[in-house]
Amino acid sequence: MTKIQEIFDLYDSMERKNIMLSFKGDMSTSLLTSILQIIENKLDRFGESPRVKKRIFNILVECLQNLYHHIDQPPKRAGADTPSVIVMVAKNVSGYAIITGNFMLDGNAHVLKKRLEQINGMTQEEVKNLYKSVLADGKMSEKGGGGLGMIDIARKSGEKLEYGFIPFGDGSSFFSLNVKVNQ
Amino acid sequence: MENIRIEGTAKTPTVDFNRSSGVLVIRGRSIPENSIDFYKPLVEWIDSYAENPNDVTVLNMQLEYFNTSSSKCILDVFKKLEQINKNGQEVQIQWHYEEEDEDMLEAGEDYDAIIDIDFKMVKVVEF
Repeated sequence: MTKIQEIFDLYDSMERKNIMLSFKGDMSTSLLTSILQIIENKLDRFGESPRVKKRIFNILVECLQNLYHHIDQPPKRAGADTPSVIVMVAKNVSGYAIITGNFMLDGNAHVLKKRLEQINGMTQEEVKNLYKSVLADGKMSEKGGGGLGMIDIARKSGEKLEYGFIPFGDGSSFFSLNVKVNQ
Repeated sequence: MENIRIEGTAKTPTVDFNRSSGVLVIRGRSIPENSIDFYKPLVEWIDSYAENPNDVTVLNMQLEYFNTSSSKCILDVFKKLEQINKNGQEVQIQWHYEEEDEDMLEAGEDYDAIIDIDFKMVKVVEF
């Protein structure tokens, strides 16, 4: 296969999966702002309901800021020397999907996995109460969130979070997250 | 003591804290990456205001969006006001939300449950 063919294949694969936006690279605050603006404009153009629009925007803010704050160095053999992430927003028949992927150190991945298992094992009402209790306990991480991000994502999504960790055996894992927002 | 007047941006809210009227407004979007930097001066302002507060202090919250990084900082603002209220000067917190934004109403109810001040929920058509 020629490289030129690969470009089309990549485009075609994204087109089939109804990707509205796709980015791979390192996450900066200005890029984060631009992605939010692009998606907000698109949702306006689609005439999306304010409720769905706000939920997608909120989830996207949390996902992008997770990528910005919690990104770890990828393993050397992954071929990148700066931390690199992937973000995609897709629209399908039932709603939207916000998809992210990033490298994490195994220790951090382990903590996140526990939190995700906890959240996915809860009803919506329990997720709501967990949010309230974590908010009320007053502890704050240095980034300010204090562990509320994933809880808020699950609360706004209303669906179980789909996720996976691919271990690289060198102390790091690739974390993938798929957050759905139904219309 | 000086008033605070900060123009809003794509990620930070408009802030209007008025010493003489005792009316404080936080309006717009609060989604900065580092909320602590943004809210620290606001919390400090309320600290000095609390030394000699008005008989009635009103906080108008009119948020379109806020991230989880802001949520604890916003709670800190409320806790400072809660203290003024406990000390005997009245504090009112008016939580505005757009009529179709149930999530924002719920967020206000979360704070209302944590803070010992009765929030007034104010429904508006659009900010």
